[in-house]
Amino acid sequence: MTSTTYEPAAAPESDLRRSGLRVGDVLFKGVAIAAALAATALLGLIAWKIFDLAWPAIQTYGPSFVWTEAWDPVTGDFGALIFIYGTVVTSLVALLLATPLSIAIALFLTEIAPRRVAAPIATMVELLAAIPSVVLGLWGILVFGPWVHGHLEPWIQASPLGLLPVFSGTPSPAGSIFTASLVLTIMIIPITSAICRELFVRVPKELTDGALALGSTRWESIRGVMFAYAAPGIAAAVLLGLGRAFGEAIAVNQTIGNRNAIPTSWFEPGDSLGSKIASEYVGATSIEQASSILYLAAILMVISLGTNVVAQFIVVRFERARRAV
Amino acid sequence: MSELAAVDPYDITVKSNGLRRRRIVEKLFGLAAVGSALLACGILLVVLGTLVYKGFSALSVDFFTKPRPLFGQEGGIADALIGSALIVGMAMIIAIPISVLVAIYMSEYAGPKVARTLKVVLDVLNGVPAIVVGIFVFGILVVGHGQSAVYGAFALAILMLPMVARATQEILEIVPRSLRDASFALGVTKWRTTWSIVLPAAIGGILTGVVIAVARVAGETAPLLFTTSIAANQISLDVHGALPTLPVLIFVNSESPDPGEQAAAWAAALVLIAFVLVMNILAKLFAGRKRRQLEGS
Repeated sequence: MTSTTYEPAAAPESDLRRSGLRVGDVLFKGVAIAAALAATALLGLIAWKIFDLAWPAIQTYGPSFVWTEAWDPVTGDFGALIFIYGTVVTSLVALLLATPLSIAIALFLTEIAPRRVAAPIATMVELLAAIPSVVLGLWGILVFGPWVHGHLEPWIQASPLGLLPVFSGTPSPAGSIFTASLVLTIMIIPITSAICRELFVRVPKELTDGALALGSTRWESIRGVMFAYAAPGIAAAVLLGLGRAFGEAIAVNQTIGNRNAIPTSWFEPGDSLGSKIASEYVGATSIEQASSILYLAAILMVISLGTNVVAQFIVVRFERARRAV
Repeated sequence: MSELAAVDPYDITVKSNGLRRRRIVEKLFGLAAVGSALLACGILLVVLGTLVYKGFSALSVDFFTKPRPLFGQEGGIADALIGSALIVGMAMIIAIPISVLVAIYMSEYAGPKVARTLKVVLDVLNGVPAIVVGIFVFGILVVGHGQSAVYGAFALAILMLPMVARATQEILEIVPRSLRDASFALGVTKWRTTWSIVLPAAIGGILTGVVIAVARVAGETAPLLFTTSIAANQISLDVHGALPTLPVLIFVNSESPDPGEQAAAWAAALVLIAFVLVMNILAKLFAGRKRRQLEGS
């Protein structure tokens, strides 16, 4: 019933002589088509304009900009590696932490909690997604960041994990890559868990019941049946969360510490693509710097659009496979 | 598995290690799931609690009616409240008609293939980072013209478009076929059917989508930084110039070392989150109405 159209063509042409009605139909359809075309064109226009803006920088610096580790407005050396590192590390750490948590929350809501408990908790997780990133960042910079610096980071360093080089060094009080990762984790948990929840609800009951009847425990039926059934969907959910993490500028800007260097330890400040762009809103001091910022925007767009397109591709494939069943 | 092979499969009294291990895993799984859910709820409560704790004391009548001070700590956030309201209002005026039309095209006119393609286009558009949308609007409008509240509204409208369009399209698709058929059978034209039958039936769902989108963009900072961030701290209704907004105020003040400015940021954040929560509750109410109506018909 999705989009099959019913055309009232059965009536003889002479009955439709009240041409006002026909004009209304044609006009309405025309306006609707125009709106749909405009929305599609907008996506293309955004992609084109960002590259158009970045073009002078792309011509000046060439592709080596991407792997140049430099950002020095005084000497005029610019490169994107510092920020790509910050974006990728914060987003991947967030992904690593958020994925198991999100799946566990989704399973709790669909498989474990009775409906009376599940509904309010689901609402609370939804509200977590509704917190504006700037508010989460405010909490991140003034409350959560100091706590991470004062308690969590020393605790990790005292544990066996502290032997890893990324957890070494002296924790910085002015924000760190690790703090930004944790804030991003909080931001993507509601997104990923909401999608996972929808996926798990749609797993046919007879499949999990079959596994239970064969003597599996609940966890075994989930691992063996639900995960297998929903795997492509989970992958898409994770990628959508990742895309969101890549693109987040504000909360990261508030918590990452904003330093133009690649730190050896994640407990030290760094910077990310979106965060660096956000920092420069007051106006860059030189033309080279301004166009380098636009180059960063182009890189960010490519990364996050790429992630999103792959996720959408998986969703479309998954839905086609399910329709075929 | 190899341990299981050694025991008599018909003797149900045998206690295998495998079984104990499986039971422990099952228990751990339950604990992990409950723990994760509690953690998420706990984070929400901690954030909300901190906002109330830090922001509530700064709230007063002056806080809502006076603009921010140039120096010192006396003053409010009236300028940013008015700026945010104007910009979000303009974004709604731009985004809602186009979004609903896109949704109507997808559900009433387009073939299944075109509709699916449009869905992907909208979802990808939804995934464009807000800061990139800000740079885009900066590039096409702000360069050469200067910052303006209208451009900020345009940037927010771009973010609203895919959200509202997708929500509307999903609700239009569950409006029963029979309603449309009944209307056609009475000789009503297609556009009139869509306008007077389909849209009113779906209005609850459309409002839900709109309200959620408004709550989302009201807190967006990134698109406003490049379009309407450099503004005087005074109450202004001139949308052609840059206007101060709540999110930009919170963003700038959060990175300020001055405790007075941080306190203003907390109070402004409390106001913003209260608005977002109210909008989300409204959305729930609309969604409930929609479901009852559509199930009733």
